[in-house]
Amino acid sequence: MISCDEAAIICNKTQYKEATFWERLKLRFHLFMCKTCSAFTKKNTQLTTLCQRANLQALSENEKAQMKKRLEERL
Amino acid sequence: MIATKNSMTAHQLQPDTWVDVYADYLFNYAVTRVSDSEIAKDLVQETFLAGLKSAKNYKGSAAERTWLIAILKRKIIDYYRKINSKKGKAEVRIGYSSSSESEGDWLEEQVADPFSLQENDAVENEELGMAIQSCIAKLPKKQSLVFTMKTVQGISTEDICKELGINPSNLWVMVHRARTALMGCLNENWFKI
Repeated sequence: MISCDEAAIICNKTQYKEATFWERLKLRFHLFMCKTCSAFTKKNTQLTTLCQRANLQALSENEKAQMKKRLEERL
Repeated sequence: MIATKNSMTAHQLQPDTWVDVYADYLFNYAVTRVSDSEIAKDLVQETFLAGLKSAKNYKGSAAERTWLIAILKRKIIDYYRKINSKKGKAEVRIGYSSSSESEGDWLEEQVADPFSLQENDAVENEELGMAIQSCIAKLPKKQSLVFTMKTVQGISTEDICKELGINPSNLWVMVHRARTALMGCLNENWFKI
């Protein structure tokens, strides 16, 4: 039996499809018994769906560093 | 720091934090409007520079972010003016369809479907994007960085660890904290409206 902390970490990994088969199995088993983690997993999965739907974009750290440099020249 | 002290609640400008706090937010706003990330990036940069230039005119009545978005809107309008000023003026298009096969078809076919939710989806998804982005901006710097690299840019765990000099368990703890904070923030700012 895994702890809720471990379950949360595995749940996060599944959001990025990085949990191994055994981890997923352990998580399933834990969720079967634990209401709190089931609720967390549901919310967490919902967050993933929202992020995908929103089609988020981000500038890379490099691009931001360049922006900062340009801005600092004028400060 | 450029301070305007009208009242206790007056907002202040902190240009040294602009890039970290608002760059992605403004970038998302711009990219949905010009649909070209290079141009969107330039517009964000111009917005920051213009903001700096006119910082002395900032009255402190609007929040910093609202003020920057207002500048960005002007920049986007200017951009479209510029690309439309030369070309397209002599061109007059008659007919509603560009393909010649459908020539002679009736306009009724193209009337908007009043029951379609597709257009609403696009608007709602953009608002959702801005809501998520402003929640990400509230996270501690390291968490927002890890979350953005992992979720938005889709960089692999291994590469993020290498770049930031952390180990995978550090990374997952940060992802966990970021996601928990985001769930709470979206609960307040997205689901309750």
